[in-house]
Amino acid sequence: MHIVVCTKQTPDSAAKLTVDEAGNVSWGDSPIIINPWDEYAVEEAILIKERFNGEPKVTVLSMGPEEALEALKHAIAMGCDEGIRVWDEAFENSDTLATSYVLAKAIEKMGDVDLILFGKSAIDSQTGQVPMEVARRLGFSPLTYVIKIVELDFEGRTITVERLLEQGRQVVKAPLPAVIGTVKGINEPRYPSFMGIRKATRAQYPVWTGADIGAEPEKAGAAGSGVRWERIFPPPVREGGAEIIEAETPEEAARILVDKLMAEKVI
Amino acid sequence: MGKDIFVWVEQFHGQAAIPSWEAIGAARQLSETLGGQVCACVFGEGVEGLAKEAIAYGADKVFLADDPTLADFRVEPYAALLAHLAKEHQPEVILIGATSRGRDLGPAVAVDLETGCVADCTALEFEDGKLVATRPIYAGKLLSTCTIPERRPAIFTIRPRAFAKPDPDEGRQGEVISVEPVLKEEEITCKVTGFEETEGGVSLTDAAIIVSGGRGVGGPEGFEPIRELAEVLGAAVGASRAAVDAGWIPYEHQVGQTGKTVSPDLYIACGISGAIQHQAGMRTSKVIVAINKDPEAPIFQLAHYGIVGDLFKYVPALTKVLKERLGK
Repeated sequence: MHIVVCTKQTPDSAAKLTVDEAGNVSWGDSPIIINPWDEYAVEEAILIKERFNGEPKVTVLSMGPEEALEALKHAIAMGCDEGIRVWDEAFENSDTLATSYVLAKAIEKMGDVDLILFGKSAIDSQTGQVPMEVARRLGFSPLTYVIKIVELDFEGRTITVERLLEQGRQVVKAPLPAVIGTVKGINEPRYPSFMGIRKATRAQYPVWTGADIGAEPEKAGAAGSGVRWERIFPPPVREGGAEIIEAETPEEAARILVDKLMAEKVI
Repeated sequence: MGKDIFVWVEQFHGQAAIPSWEAIGAARQLSETLGGQVCACVFGEGVEGLAKEAIAYGADKVFLADDPTLADFRVEPYAALLAHLAKEHQPEVILIGATSRGRDLGPAVAVDLETGCVADCTALEFEDGKLVATRPIYAGKLLSTCTIPERRPAIFTIRPRAFAKPDPDEGRQGEVISVEPVLKEEEITCKVTGFEETEGGVSLTDAAIIVSGGRGVGGPEGFEPIRELAEVLGAAVGASRAAVDAGWIPYEHQVGQTGKTVSPDLYIACGISGAIQHQAGMRTSKVIVAINKDPEAPIFQLAHYGIVGDLFKYVPALTKVLKERLGK
């Protein structure tokens, strides 16, 4: 029984972002953290481990430069067993096509994986494409938007989940191995314990290079990417703030507001 | 000869998803430069009517696959079929509405075709002959532009409501081509065994108007006036993370960085302070109204119109006035 959780490091969601002329994004003093969505994936992996009496091994995997260690450490501190970072200069400027290739190669190297868990998307690039792409590359059952694992049977090799779609919740049964994209609401991620933090500080985090995972250089990084990022810039700023509506009574204020909204043709 | 554009037409229980028509509208615009046909890909069971609708919205040609294996959207048979059609007909571009299903389908097809997929685009424009996609990143705090320089087809998922829905023209003519699914049922691993529809209400991502409640509503019953206002407006009910985390309303309603990203015509924020994470999910709304007791609340910086006051007085007043004005 082997579960892999894929994580990414991101700036804190409260970070004030700035971008310079060259398109470099900076987030000031804000810390680099584990992508908040990934905490649900980590928590779910640990819950599964607990449900199966600690038997499943939980490996946390991250593709990224040294900063990615923060995400790995957080996951270990929450309760994952080991953390592996996969990185190579040749992986720089990977789009999701290339990233999914690298992650899939790393998971193939592990060999015996039953479940791969992901957060819904990363809060920085927010494509949400990597879980599906990894599933597709490995031929694992693709289960995205999962809000509940209804049944998991490692021996019978099946999993049943509830997926959150626009119109409601869909129940899907699929064989293992599977990729699970989690959404918020699947659990309440725990805070790392003191013992966990100590374990994370002492843990070793092996780095796998392209050669280690047998990645072909032309399939990773910019060479392996379909999408090229051209420019990053701040959105146009609206000046001035709200027009505050004041009136003697709430009803009068409501009338003024409704007139304005009708003039704007939004109601 | 021009270069064709494929558009995937999403359906649920035989009803088309609006973002698919928006995608056909976007495809028509692009086809003015590319010169090819707009080809709608309609997959489902008993969905012949959707082929006609797709033509009315602007498709020149429809690939129609009608089969029980395609009744529910499942990424395996849908991606296999769409990739197969793309290999056969070599479109330049594939457009897909960036709904839950669309955001599964796009990347799956991208892997099958070893091509690029740009997620959640809010604009698509030709610049110097290159198709440039704009997409929000960091939850809309920044914007980026992306291209797919070499690989084809170039796949884009486009954000619901970012592109205008064309007016259907029932008189438009087009060609419908029946196609067979690629996978048999026994080759598909995922089996749909149940569906529980969200009761009532308008879906947040489709909504033209959203009324949202935050910490200021004070409890689950505080959402009552919000719901009443939403009902009069035919609006969806949204919520801030604070209200969801407090357990006052289910997660499905959450708008913001860790919830849904929406861009309605009108967003009415009631008792929402407007934390940066909430703004991230709704800042592209056309008109924003804020009702909040605290005049210093950051939401007033983002809003177009503001009322400083108790939402429990102003929201019912708004409902009452709207009932009169809208004749309900």
